[in-house]
Amino acid sequence: MILVIDTCREKDSLHALEFVRPITDILKECAIVHFTEINKEIIEAADKIIISGSPLKEAGYSEHLEFFKWLKDYDKPLLGICNGIQIIGMTRGCELKEVTEIGPTTITKLQDDFLVNSMKKLEVYELHNYCINLPEDFELLAKSDNCIQIIKHKEKPMYGTTFHPEVMNKELITAFSEL
Amino acid sequence: MKLASLFSGGKDSVLGLYKASAKHDVVCLITIESENKESYMFHTPNISLTQTQSEALDLPLIKVVTKGEKEKELAELKQAIQQAIDEYQIEGIVTGTVASTYQASRVQKICNELDIWCFNPLWQMDQIELLNDLIENKFEVYIAGVFAYPFGEEWLGKIIDKSMIGKLKQMQEELKINPAGEGGEIETFVTDCPAFKKKIIITKYSTEYDNYAGVFNIEETKLEEK
Repeated sequence: MILVIDTCREKDSLHALEFVRPITDILKECAIVHFTEINKEIIEAADKIIISGSPLKEAGYSEHLEFFKWLKDYDKPLLGICNGIQIIGMTRGCELKEVTEIGPTTITKLQDDFLVNSMKKLEVYELHNYCINLPEDFELLAKSDNCIQIIKHKEKPMYGTTFHPEVMNKELITAFSEL
Repeated sequence: MKLASLFSGGKDSVLGLYKASAKHDVVCLITIESENKESYMFHTPNISLTQTQSEALDLPLIKVVTKGEKEKELAELKQAIQQAIDEYQIEGIVTGTVASTYQASRVQKICNELDIWCFNPLWQMDQIELLNDLIENKFEVYIAGVFAYPFGEEWLGKIIDKSMIGKLKQMQEELKINPAGEGGEIETFVTDCPAFKKKIIITKYSTEYDNYAGVFNIEETKLEEK
């Protein structure tokens, strides 16, 4: 079972239709949990986890990081999208820096990888006011002119994308679900 | 939260408004009426009837008529949203954008510059699911324009129902058309839905059609109590 973590500020928000539903529509089977309701049992029951993005005005998750302490020791496949990659970075001590990218953008592939190679095109949909530097134990798989775009943990199947693959690169989410 | 609806009067903007109304207060409509028939952002048949729809919804309308010059019309949209902030104290807008990254990213940029929320509750929604959503929620939606093969004149002025959705699904499978018109194949006009306080009755119309392109011109309407 794939667990999708809704990182929109409020549970059952109107924004979940925009940032969570497009992901769950791609997956055949999944469970959804709001980030404030994450617990050990829910995390352990999941085979894979996707952390959703959230609206531009909800950037900055430093005040909510206590809900993601488990991330550092998580070993199963995980994909952090936009807000998700920021959370991956911040739980590893990265700071957010202000970089705005909105709309279709072409990224540059830097390394071959199962997930990067699943993409049919390198045009992606961006929606962020912040990004992170590359966390220490991660490698950079793709970048845009302005910031890191796809990262992978050096030893674990843990990925992050700054862009929103659920918009223009749905095949990436399908490939992750089959990992 | 008080929101303005970016409103064209077609099924997507009204469904977006309806979904937003369940969680927030939609307090006004914003319509950009483009005189440029090629406008990627705002052109749609019967756009002048958003005034009638605003009366049916019992919501005030901010309407801006633009010549439709590409980037200028975005500045005009920004001004209209600023007017909604000033007059109605809105904190965000809701759109009916489904798949257009062109529209979505431009509206997101404007909202980001104005530091307000941007809601797109239909974003990336499956088009057949969207059409079924209209039926389930008792929307009355007319086909107001057709702009692609194989849509014939008989589609103009028809109301979307289950049988039509079945045909559109078949056309999607056989001809790869976008069943909800995301590629500009069809345009629509909403005369009733649960958010309407009054229902719009079309009393006079005309049609124009040639070579798989046609428009259902709504010429006169009246409002009926519900």
